[in-house]
Amino acid sequence: MIRRRPASDWAAAVVLAAACVLALLSLLPEARLLHVPAYIVGLAGKYLSYAILALAVDLVWGFAGILTLGHAAFFALGGYAMGMYLMREIGTRGVYANPDLPDFMVFLSWTHLPWYWYGFSHLAFALLMAVLVPGVLAAAFGFLAFRSRVSGVYLSIITQALTYALLLAFFRNDMGFGGNNGLTDFKDIAGADLHQPATRAALLAITALVLALCLVVSRMILRSRYGDLLVAVRDAENRTRFIGYRPEHIKLMIWVFSAVIAGLGGALYVIQVGIINPGEFSPGNSIEAVIWVAVGGRGTLWGPVLGALLVNFGKTIFTGVLPELWLYALGALFILTTLFLPRGLVGLRRRVRRDATPALEPGDGEVTP
Amino acid sequence: MGNTRHTWWRVCLVLLLLGALFAPGMSRADDKALLGLRGGYDDIAAAVTSLADHHDPRARVLIDALRHGALYKASDGNGLYIETDHGFVDAATNAAAPGLDPDALEKIRQNNNVRVAVAGALALLDLAAPDAATRRAAAAAMLDHPDAALLPALDHALASEHDPAARRAMVLARAASLLSVGASGHGVPEQLAAVAALRAAGGAQARAILLNIPAAPPAVRAAAAEAVHAIDRELQLWSLAQGLFYGVSLGSVLLIAALGLAITFGVMGVINMAHGELMMIGAYVTYVVQHATMSVLPGDAGLGLALAVPAAFLVCGALGIGIERGLIRFLYGRPLETLLATWGLSLVLQQAVRSLFGPSNVAVVTPAFMSGAARLGGIDITLNRLVIIVFAALVMLALTVVLRVTPLGLQMRAVTQNRRMASLMGIRTSRVDALTFGLGSGVAGLAGVAVSQIDNVSPNLGQGYIIDSFMVVVFGGVGNLWGTLAGAMSLGVANKILEPLAGAVLAKILVLVLIILFIQRRPRGLFPLRGRAVES
Repeated sequence: MIRRRPASDWAAAVVLAAACVLALLSLLPEARLLHVPAYIVGLAGKYLSYAILALAVDLVWGFAGILTLGHAAFFALGGYAMGMYLMREIGTRGVYANPDLPDFMVFLSWTHLPWYWYGFSHLAFALLMAVLVPGVLAAAFGFLAFRSRVSGVYLSIITQALTYALLLAFFRNDMGFGGNNGLTDFKDIAGADLHQPATRAALLAITALVLALCLVVSRMILRSRYGDLLVAVRDAENRTRFIGYRPEHIKLMIWVFSAVIAGLGGALYVIQVGIINPGEFSPGNSIEAVIWVAVGGRGTLWGPVLGALLVNFGKTIFTGVLPELWLYALGALFILTTLFLPRGLVGLRRRVRRDATPALEPGDGEVTP
Repeated sequence: MGNTRHTWWRVCLVLLLLGALFAPGMSRADDKALLGLRGGYDDIAAAVTSLADHHDPRARVLIDALRHGALYKASDGNGLYIETDHGFVDAATNAAAPGLDPDALEKIRQNNNVRVAVAGALALLDLAAPDAATRRAAAAAMLDHPDAALLPALDHALASEHDPAARRAMVLARAASLLSVGASGHGVPEQLAAVAALRAAGGAQARAILLNIPAAPPAVRAAAAEAVHAIDRELQLWSLAQGLFYGVSLGSVLLIAALGLAITFGVMGVINMAHGELMMIGAYVTYVVQHATMSVLPGDAGLGLALAVPAAFLVCGALGIGIERGLIRFLYGRPLETLLATWGLSLVLQQAVRSLFGPSNVAVVTPAFMSGAARLGGIDITLNRLVIIVFAALVMLALTVVLRVTPLGLQMRAVTQNRRMASLMGIRTSRVDALTFGLGSGVAGLAGVAVSQIDNVSPNLGQGYIIDSFMVVVFGGVGNLWGTLAGAMSLGVANKILEPLAGAVLAKILVLVLIILFIQRRPRGLFPLRGRAVES
């Protein structure tokens, strides 16, 4: 279906345009009718960051059949890399006004900056790390897992173990990432005040741009020969192997690419939300990202974007109006989507149109002959 | 508080009168001692020691009075008085002194020197007490402050001691005293024997004494150094044993939490993410049942707990059958979707319990027979943990019996091994699925009862166990209860052995990483299912 109609390109354009309009409207004087308040800009930026994570999950789940329950780990690692840069940017404006150490290190009476904080005073280095760290971790993890043909629920569970181990690790004060409190109280980025409407508007536009680029690049990858192989591995791994391909390499590539995208999303998320703490590693977050994809429609590129935006919009509304009902709603969403909307909202639209080409056979991994 | 003190003083008074009966005359030493009590701090300390050394019948009353600040001297320096409930008593004659002017009395004060002397004297007196436990405690106190001066008293007491525990304590105290400062007058053989006695006794205290022998002949020093090594080895073994107990205890909790999961996963290939929430509901059932029984029979927490076991099994089992019929049935062959749907269900169950019982912890009472600890050799055994180990073993045994002996177990095994063939042989696989899921859920309920005794019962209870239970099942391999047992015990023991080396959190991280690496080598766990069915 991607071949016939690059819907994802349209989605990218729509997202980019909408975000730019929103960003421009937020710069209008407050008295104007069309003025968009700052918190809406912040929320939109957060949703779009989540959409990037959803796209990352969909790339591996929808197109490679790997249900990841730990993608929030890559997201949070990217976020921590960006958070470290933002911490260094605070400089002497912290509570302890220490020029060399972030506040929490002074509080723990550390005297030296740990070696792994070196370089994070440069934005470019932090951005590099935001994609490199998740990428390298994913490469190591994926290499081991795919080589030994760990698949299905086993793989899902060990991805969960991975993020859980990181959750525990980042809670430790000794790790040097702010422990329980994480990193927060950011002031500015590359000299621009994070609390200025203009900065926030620019960040929203940048996030939309990154999301659009991710969509386009993903579309290009999936339309290539490699994309065909990927779907072949998803639908019949053993047959692909017997034909002479190496499914583990094919899976590893999309896995690493997906982790890199997730890291990028996390970096953009932290700038706009203003805090990163170990809670972002919690397995529940990863599973929630999976439901965005399921609601939107996995196996399509714009489905997860739609799902992430809708579910998070719903979450904002619900937790504001009826907080005690949110978990019921989220739980029901999981159950109803898997029972009645296996192809998500995108599948619903297609069903209405009586489109003959299904995006995805129900069932994961091997189709037994 | 005040009341007990009054009673205590009345007892003292009786003792005092008895003392007056049996010791009508005063020896010269006692006269001197009473005089010393009126002197300076050093005199008081010497007097206290002398009173105890001579086993004076009134020594206890006098020393106790001194210790509690109830001993007075007349301001002019003559006369010693004890304050009782009924006014002052003359310490020398035991006669009541009714017309005494309290303003003319001066309390006898203590400094640290005096306090040490008092403690030593009381221990000396206790060494001759009629109660064996008191004698043992006195000897233990002397072990804390060994002194060569104690040796005659200890020898005296040992000569007539028959209680084995008290005797052991005295031998230790004597050995420690022999090795203390000022005991160099005793011969090397005797000191070597003392080292041997301490080494045989073992423990951290004996080690500290052996390590801090002041001046001693080289032979004694060498023996002591060797004894310290031996004790170190022994202590290491004990701490290993203690870690092993903690590990088995953690393992049994993991086992009981993972058993239900192993059954449903093994038979149906269904990962039930709501498993932890079923445990949580089991814990809440315990709370409700215990609450109900205790409102009828207050004070009996054990009955409620006992009744909660079948109640939790039935409630969670019924709930499990409902979940299977209403949700999971529609998702067979799609394990990843099942995972998501049951996760959604877990959120709903959590929120439902939160709405019903509130978000905070509820109090489940631990029955008396499960609280406290026992000491076995060098390890502490907490009773509630021990009960859980036994409970987990019983549940495991019961499940094995169900799987091996009952018709349902036979059918379950058949479906596990080859679903299609089982169906062709006339087994109603959908009924087996429902009952299996019910059984697994019921076991989760039992796990909830167990966990309610060691953990906070709150709506979040299940989340703390779900990942660990998965790890156990994945590590042990599915479809095999022995695999689950092996998985639970290895993870529990590995966690607790690593804990002292790396800290609790790091140990947990290490174990998780080890599992992730282990899965690379054995993608289907320790005890994988073999055969055709596995590949589908």
